[in-house]
Amino acid sequence: MATQELDGAQALLKCLESVGIEIMFGYSGGAVLPIFDALETVKTKIKFVMVRHEQGAVHMADGYARATGKPACVLVTSGPGAGNTITGIMTADMDSIPMIVITGQQVTWMLGKDAFQEADIFGISMPVVKHSYLVKATNDIPRIVKEAYHIATTGRQGPVLIDIPKDLSQGPFDGELDQEMNLPGYKPELAYDLNIDEIKAIAKAIKTSKKPLILAGQGAMLAKADAELKYLAETLNSPVTNTLLGKGVFPESHELALGMLGMHGTAYANKAIVEADLILSVGSRFDDRIIGQADKFGRHATIIHIDIDPAEIGKMIMPHYQCVGDAKAILTELNKHIERLDSDEWVEKVQGLKKKFPLSYKIHGGLKMQHVLDEFYQLTEGKAIMTTDVGQHQMWAAQFYKCDKSFQWLTSGGAGTMGFGFPAAIGAQLGRPDDLVVAVVGDGGFQMTLFELATAVIEKLPIIILVLNNHYLGMVRQWQELFFDERESGVDLAGNPDFVKLAEAYGATGYNLKRPADVRKVLEKAIAHRGGPVLINAEVTKHENVFPMIPAGAALEDMLIEPPKEKMAKPTGST
Amino acid sequence: MTIDNKEIVTTDKSPTIVHSSSQHTLSVYVSNTPGVLARIAQTFARRNYNIESLVVSPGMHGRFSRMTIGLSGDEGNLDQIIMQVNKLIDVVRCVDHSFETSVVKEFAMIKILCGIDKRSEALQIAEHFGCKTLDLTQTSMIFSIAGNSKKIDALVEMISNFKVVEMVRTGKVVMVRGEVRT
Repeated sequence: MATQELDGAQALLKCLESVGIEIMFGYSGGAVLPIFDALETVKTKIKFVMVRHEQGAVHMADGYARATGKPACVLVTSGPGAGNTITGIMTADMDSIPMIVITGQQVTWMLGKDAFQEADIFGISMPVVKHSYLVKATNDIPRIVKEAYHIATTGRQGPVLIDIPKDLSQGPFDGELDQEMNLPGYKPELAYDLNIDEIKAIAKAIKTSKKPLILAGQGAMLAKADAELKYLAETLNSPVTNTLLGKGVFPESHELALGMLGMHGTAYANKAIVEADLILSVGSRFDDRIIGQADKFGRHATIIHIDIDPAEIGKMIMPHYQCVGDAKAILTELNKHIERLDSDEWVEKVQGLKKKFPLSYKIHGGLKMQHVLDEFYQLTEGKAIMTTDVGQHQMWAAQFYKCDKSFQWLTSGGAGTMGFGFPAAIGAQLGRPDDLVVAVVGDGGFQMTLFELATAVIEKLPIIILVLNNHYLGMVRQWQELFFDERESGVDLAGNPDFVKLAEAYGATGYNLKRPADVRKVLEKAIAHRGGPVLINAEVTKHENVFPMIPAGAALEDMLIEPPKEKMAKPTGST
Repeated sequence: MTIDNKEIVTTDKSPTIVHSSSQHTLSVYVSNTPGVLARIAQTFARRNYNIESLVVSPGMHGRFSRMTIGLSGDEGNLDQIIMQVNKLIDVVRCVDHSFETSVVKEFAMIKILCGIDKRSEALQIAEHFGCKTLDLTQTSMIFSIAGNSKKIDALVEMISNFKVVEMVRTGKVVMVRGEVRT
């Protein structure tokens, strides 16, 4: 049906609504005026959330998607507005998070002429998007929106950017609102077109294993393969370790669970992977943070790689067996061909490792991040939705906050984006209003996006912001201590504000936490609050280091479980 | 009209090109959309591959284009990078034709300075290689040649006794033999 009364912006909103967008995070500006106006003139069910910085908008959309599995939309203006989204888009792209980012653009005839607030965001964003569009005609908008949503949410998911020149968004729309997609090069349905022979070969390879280990990644979570994964592990009698992003897809409190592996993973997970004779990866991309020295990874093991993205097979680790496709579909088929392995001895050994090398911390000698996080885990019974920034607090949270469910652990893994945690928590809370959402942040990362306190207060979101404040960029300081002769450079965050007063200035509630004896009391008070955002400023000890640790690029067997007694060489592997 | 050799500025450096075995010829069939070339070029550049030749032309159907890319770089990663190219939304398929039974051709134009005294020698070489003479003046000649890259290299080698002032090569185009689609 041709709809002549609409302009491009109004058609855009109608299309976004019809493909299934429920929420939009945005910040206004000149080039996007017609679309903001359409928010007032079109009756739309899409909720609009006004943010304080474009990066915050993207992280919110990201947090919303990670918590709900549904993509959100970001709406920003051209030039600096669009430029400010890049870190957020990169964060989503690295972690395969779906979203649609709409950027306003200068009018068509000014493109490429350095017009006011013109930036070639189509070009700038190209390496960090799954796909992108520069709209050339108003009547193309419905097709582009449909394609963008389809691309963002299928196959290996990711962010899609749509750049819309202002003359096109305010120009008349006289096309069809329902248009066919035109994507001859994109066939995500192949993920369900399984190669049964490959799966049978995998089943056969598993059969003789005596020391199996399943490596569960976010791919399994995004495919909603939780039940199939559990059946696989329990039927095989195989321990399961998970990646940072895979936290929750297999319950970390399960007796076969070894928790997170890798650079700051549990000692028992890393020891198990060194000794395993079979590593079955489901939806992990063998990131450099988990494999350490690539040529030593899984030397004694038959490696099986199940992934939705063919370009991941053999990128870091060359597997012996592979299967490309949707993890749920593959595991459903694989589960038909498996039986219990002769692995009792192995499981017993791994249980022994868990007892011998537990995650631990000392409760005396000042307030410890681990203590706060562990206590928080106990108080919330592991049921909170956790978002984090990047650094020491992130690793300790990953270690001590065991997750039993998918979509409850929201962290920037691939990109390692400081400033992610708090805005992601806003997105998550908007998507899941009845859940307890906690942003665990460091004093460094929080200051990168804390202005979104205004957004959280206006939306009356009962988020707990747990600032683990050591007045340092703790992880960098840790590296300087271990590998750079304790020369501290650019890590001292002297001049931190009074975070409690800051929260109060925005109209939020704040509590200070200084003594180990007060941990439970303060956390309980914050959990009970529920009347808008509540910030806890936990003044923790300054010089604590995260262990276990595998120095970047070192083999997993060279893991440090305790602080090293000798001077360490600089890591040479990755960063 | 006379041409002072010293005033001719050319960016073509040594006319000798060695086609090593680590060279690959990829055929990429893509949707004819803005930015598709940039996306493909970026994928290679990010992994430190150097695109040595590139031919883009319309496909049989107007909505598709055909790119033939001559590449050199680390042999080991190429398969994985081809998968990354295949992953691009606008790429219908990307195939390495280096080791297949395929026809590879290239076209080149070469301008030399050549007076009457050496003209017949030049024409003799040109005739041997099946060149066409596109332009002839008292002091210069332009040849064109179509053939495989090694043949063109050989011509360049032979003609280097003359003053070669310019050379333009299209880069390789490739097509699989038989009924199989490229």
